[in-house]
Amino acid sequence: MTTDERGAHGHDHDHDHDHPGTTPDVNETGYYELMAEAMKELLIEKGVVSADDVRRNLEFLDSRDPAEGAKIIARAWTDPAFKKRLLEDGTKAVGEMGFPMGDAELIVVENTKDVHNMIVCTLCSCYPRTILGLPPDWYKSKSYRARAVVEPRSVLKEFGTELPGDKTVRVHDSNADMRYLVLPEQPAGTEGWSEEQLAAIVTRDAMVGVTLPQA
Amino acid sequence: MMMFSVGDRVRIKDSHPPGHRRTPYYVRGKTGVVERYCGDFKNPEELAYGFDGTPKRELYRVRITQTELWPDYEGSDSDTLDLEIYDHWLEKIGE
Repeated sequence: MTTDERGAHGHDHDHDHDHPGTTPDVNETGYYELMAEAMKELLIEKGVVSADDVRRNLEFLDSRDPAEGAKIIARAWTDPAFKKRLLEDGTKAVGEMGFPMGDAELIVVENTKDVHNMIVCTLCSCYPRTILGLPPDWYKSKSYRARAVVEPRSVLKEFGTELPGDKTVRVHDSNADMRYLVLPEQPAGTEGWSEEQLAAIVTRDAMVGVTLPQA
Repeated sequence: MMMFSVGDRVRIKDSHPPGHRRTPYYVRGKTGVVERYCGDFKNPEELAYGFDGTPKRELYRVRITQTELWPDYEGSDSDTLDLEIYDHWLEKIGE
């Protein structure tokens, strides 16, 4: 046996296998990253936006997280008048709490004993970023985007969510100007909890509608 | 002036023009019911090419049953898909 055959890798080929103990370099700049960078530079050069505008927007988006959404849900669970306003006009109701929706509008969909709601954006990755932060990778994946509208119950099962067969599943495709937030059912056994206690059990995935909050 | 009312049965046009469209392929030609009117919004098909997006379009949420979308759908007959469709992609049926 020669040295090469023992795996010392003196050979020369395009690699389609992993080398144990090495970390592949994933810092390649792709086509779309380059396009986005070129667009950003042009917008700055032409004075449409400043570099600081871009930075401030990124800073704002990075500062958002699902804890904001959880506060909204907890308030809806404890304040029936707020819940009513939230379901009637989501944008206005979250605005009351100081959460801006930016250019989009918010529709809040309520889970009940008969209905379960889940959110997807089949065309891209629209998501209520100002109240949930950046979407998780799975939400942006082609697999979730394609399958959520075709076989939602199988997708839910993969997230560990088994629903009774007679419960209606409503999938909402966030394909245009609306953004969506699921108002989950308040879990049994949490009656009388404070807003803070309730907010702590409301997870990001429950507000996208792929899971249910647990007490 | 709202062109459609909540509860109207509508068909999403089975049209395949080139360019930027917000009507996903999987709902084209399908029928559903108007779930709500969302408001008037700038037309993304114009905005995409640097135009100002006017005149604004009426945006509706249309509820379609999963069994209408996928004949072999596995799940309850009451399961639905709701999505947003601009007025020029909708036609009223069953007057």
